[in-house]
Amino acid sequence: MSWTDHLIMLPVVVPLVAGGLALLVDDARVKAALGIASTAIVLAAAIGVLRLVDGAGAGGPAIGVYLLGNWPAPFGIVLVADRLAAVMLVLTAVLAGAALTFALARWHRAGSHFHSLFQFQVMGINGAFLTGDLFNLFVFFEVLLAASYGLALHGSGVARIRAGLHYVTVNLAASFLFLIGVSLMYGVTGTLNMADLAVRIPRLAGGDRVLLEVGAAVLGLAFLVKAAMWPLNFWLAGTYAAASPPVAALFAILTKVGVYAVLRLALLLSGGDAPPAGLLAGEWLLVGGVVTVAVGAIGAIASQTMTRLAAFNVLVSSGTTLAVIGRADPVVVGGALFYLVSSTLGIAAFFLLVELLERGRTPADDMLAVTLEAFGEADRDEVDAEDVGVAVPVTMGLLGAGFVCCAMLLAGLPPLSGFLAKFAILSALFDVRAPGAGTRVPATAWLLLATLLLSGFAILIAMMRAGVRSLWLTADREVPRVRLTELAPIALLLGLSFTLTAQAGPVMRYMQATAEGLYAPDAYVRGVLAAPPAAPGEGGGR
Amino acid sequence: MEVVVAAGIGVLTASGVYLMLRPRTFQVIIGLSLLSYAVNLFIFGMGRLRTGAPPILDPGGTGDLARYADPLPQALVLTAIVISFAMTALFLVLLLAARGLTGTDHVDGREPGP
Repeated sequence: MSWTDHLIMLPVVVPLVAGGLALLVDDARVKAALGIASTAIVLAAAIGVLRLVDGAGAGGPAIGVYLLGNWPAPFGIVLVADRLAAVMLVLTAVLAGAALTFALARWHRAGSHFHSLFQFQVMGINGAFLTGDLFNLFVFFEVLLAASYGLALHGSGVARIRAGLHYVTVNLAASFLFLIGVSLMYGVTGTLNMADLAVRIPRLAGGDRVLLEVGAAVLGLAFLVKAAMWPLNFWLAGTYAAASPPVAALFAILTKVGVYAVLRLALLLSGGDAPPAGLLAGEWLLVGGVVTVAVGAIGAIASQTMTRLAAFNVLVSSGTTLAVIGRADPVVVGGALFYLVSSTLGIAAFFLLVELLERGRTPADDMLAVTLEAFGEADRDEVDAEDVGVAVPVTMGLLGAGFVCCAMLLAGLPPLSGFLAKFAILSALFDVRAPGAGTRVPATAWLLLATLLLSGFAILIAMMRAGVRSLWLTADREVPRVRLTELAPIALLLGLSFTLTAQAGPVMRYMQATAEGLYAPDAYVRGVLAAPPAAPGEGGGR
Repeated sequence: MEVVVAAGIGVLTASGVYLMLRPRTFQVIIGLSLLSYAVNLFIFGMGRLRTGAPPILDPGGTGDLARYADPLPQALVLTAIVISFAMTALFLVLLLAARGLTGTDHVDGREPGP
């Protein structure tokens, strides 16, 4: 076997080793170097995996299977990379790179063991995307959660401790639900391998079938807590708003891990058809997602601080994805994946940007802005004549431009990728010429249309208000001292969303192939179960 | 035997959920511990309850499914115990930090208003 077969394992092993080494060294610069090197390798490996699974062309969904321990699939532990896993890996690596670069400017000194926790977090996320069996999904969830507890508390302080207490409790309870669901499924099927489960589930009947559906429902609850679906999402806004900005930017992917798990298991375990009732049922996702979007949009409008605004954007993004997945239509899901990538990039950039904008501001500024809004602007007319032509410092100009881009991306305005994503979803929803579609547009399509447009509108209002308050109303504010390494990650994330716009054709083709692969899980199942173990001595002895 | 184990799991879960919903951090951590015991027993039970059946083969003997217990849930329980143990320890640290920083052991970090 060639070395490319080992690529699939790298996104898990490299951060593990780098995180462990970072524990041992004491020099902050060595730690930083380890973190950068590991993140760069993970990014390269993720892109490699993406090319590997996409390189198979149109001949069905390609998957890469890695047998850890070299046992054949239902017995040993497998890592599986398909198109969905590959795109999530790349997204994680990009976010990790941006967040780490940003953190190196100053945030990594705010507490101990930042780099180790960061690498373990990346390892847990990558592992959750790659793993092919349920129990390892649990283990990787725990790895990423354990690291996220540490990272959420990074920098300490009363607000973080207070929010962290809730975050840890909710996620511990969700982990117990996860275990109950997994063990119920094991109890009736006798296997934990996802591909093997997909084979065995159709053979179940009677009481076993009921138990399995109960297990799947409990498991689904655990995922939806992570994905922050209403009413399981009250922990999110406080935690994300309190977390340090680079950490919050990385956390933008955490809810998407829950979405990923729902998408993967619902479609794999129900054999590609619309999920039957009980097995992560579609209608519940649709309704729950729409309510989540509503809660997120209302929360965004009500936010007094920009960090909370960013946190509620996470809810809107997560809810939109869940609702659209609940529609259970491959073409629409392709658009949803595009939206997922685009909105995650936008939210991460916004979390980083907010910190720069808030820097040098005092709480009194916020109070002043709110008071001005509430009680009219009594002395706004007394602007001095000299103020009219005042020069805007370059830093403020850059930050303002970044803010406008974030707002357009998150609200879904043209020409950025947020608009294209929503357009892709809506055009698929209302495509009456599609095979199998009737002449009438179903009510759920109108519901989703209203949700997407109204939430975009609400986000736009909230963002504009925050922008006016932060960039215009406080004209005599001190210009924040911003380093280039703090602007670069934001520019990278927003630049990627520009690239998504410019390269929308190939990206949408990839997303459609991903969605079609998800709705035809036979190839996944066959690929995993038929993966041959390596012969002894081959490939340097795995 | 099944009834006893099932009742045990039920009592542990009920007490755990009740305690987890209480307002003091110490009650919450005890509740979470009880819940983790309940979940561990539940996983164990999913491998079917057998008396006097070892989960490993005798040396030299051939496998006879009727004489052995399912080893996989036991391995899962082991992992789950380790993870929940570590998480409880972490929660304990957080609890103490919250007590020190906020001056109260209420889960919201402040006493409910009058």
